[in-house]
Amino acid sequence: MSAPAAVTRVTLLKDLRLEWRSKDAINSMLFFSLLVVVVFSFSFDPSAEESRQIAGGLIWVAFLFAAVVALNQTWAREIRNQVLDAYRVSPAPSNSLFIAKTLGNFIFVTVLEALMTPLFIVFYRLRSIGPVWQLLLVVMVGTWALVVNGTFFAAMSLRTRSREIMLPLLLFPTSIPALLAMVQATTSILSGESAHFWIVLLVTYDLVFTTVCLLLFETVLNAE
Amino acid sequence: MIQWLNDAKLHDSMKKLFPILGVLTAILLIYALYQALVVAPTEQTMGDVQRIFYYHVPSAWTAFILLLVNFGASVFYLVTRRSTADIVALVGAEVGVVFLTVNLVTGPIWARPVWGIWWTWDMRLTSTLVLWLIYVSYLFLRRFSSSGETPLLAAALAVLGALCVPFVYFSIWFFRTQHPQPVLGGGGSIDPRMLHVLLINWLAFSCFAFLVCWSRYRLEKLQREVDAAHAMESLLEPRESVR
Repeated sequence: MSAPAAVTRVTLLKDLRLEWRSKDAINSMLFFSLLVVVVFSFSFDPSAEESRQIAGGLIWVAFLFAAVVALNQTWAREIRNQVLDAYRVSPAPSNSLFIAKTLGNFIFVTVLEALMTPLFIVFYRLRSIGPVWQLLLVVMVGTWALVVNGTFFAAMSLRTRSREIMLPLLLFPTSIPALLAMVQATTSILSGESAHFWIVLLVTYDLVFTTVCLLLFETVLNAE
Repeated sequence: MIQWLNDAKLHDSMKKLFPILGVLTAILLIYALYQALVVAPTEQTMGDVQRIFYYHVPSAWTAFILLLVNFGASVFYLVTRRSTADIVALVGAEVGVVFLTVNLVTGPIWARPVWGIWWTWDMRLTSTLVLWLIYVSYLFLRRFSSSGETPLLAAALAVLGALCVPFVYFSIWFFRTQHPQPVLGGGGSIDPRMLHVLLINWLAFSCFAFLVCWSRYRLEKLQREVDAAHAMESLLEPRESVR
């Protein structure tokens, strides 16, 4: 395995292992996700037909909130014991750190989504007219879009005052096209229509922004 | 170009030039206002309310140019790390956001008497709003980050934000093709006399924007020199109060 890939693997496994042992983040995130779903259920109490129209939007807003809370603590662990400074000084490529963090966040947020989705299906009596594999594809691609930008902006907001609020401030505007695509794709698939354009848009968005974030991460990490 | 911007002799001549340009721009603005309010033909269906169009559209065009300047300066900064490029990027974004705000405020003011609604999520309004949100978040990053890292972080964000813009337009275009909504302002051709007045107003706005950018540039440059001087002073000062 090449050096960057090895570094990525080691960093990713470290994060997963730390999280698995302490489980503090995942527990609080789980409960937060359940709260979000319940609060939304009180706000919107639709019939089965209406729910298919609005469920796409509701689900993605809930996922977005969960992702932001998860992303906010993504770098916190690194700052606490000056791990980030050690990483910057080491010869390890910073792209590997970024990929490892993004993958870790992606896994984390996907687990949360996997736990929230059955709740949504139950509370909203959702049944998809379109193929479910397309929904899964949209969730994967959409989550990656949120997570890749979120990890990058979380690294940026490390150096700012009001760190927790800076992440959503930076993330939301830039994610709007991706959010629109995710919501529209989900609604289209649930209603049995074609989501082809939205999926292509999401994949393009992912490719472009992953590339740009990879190119700029070293600059952001070493900004002084 | 950077050398030219920093030349001290040029600054002195600029100081003399600025008031002259200021007066000329003021005259041009008044002329453009006269053209818009009096000379331009009255629109058939909308009447005199339509005249806000001569403020609404040029402010959008000026804003787009300024935000493009911001993108260019940010890329230049990432490549060369010259602080002049950083200041140009900051100025472009700040003044661009102001003009975009003018556009977003005059839009509803126009829409309400003519179409009866303050806002609709049609393609143009939505994409302008998202553009505004992206660059306001850029200004927030500038405000909230510590001064050493601000130029680099802001430049990175500017690149990301600018890359996002085509996605914004594309996605909202398709969204509105699928779910059409009433389009405010309508399309169609424009009367050549109205186009003439529009272009005069755009010229006036551009001159005004240039002057504002220039003075903001000078202000920022001076502010940074003052900050650097203060920092140097506190470094060299003997620390008597600290035991």
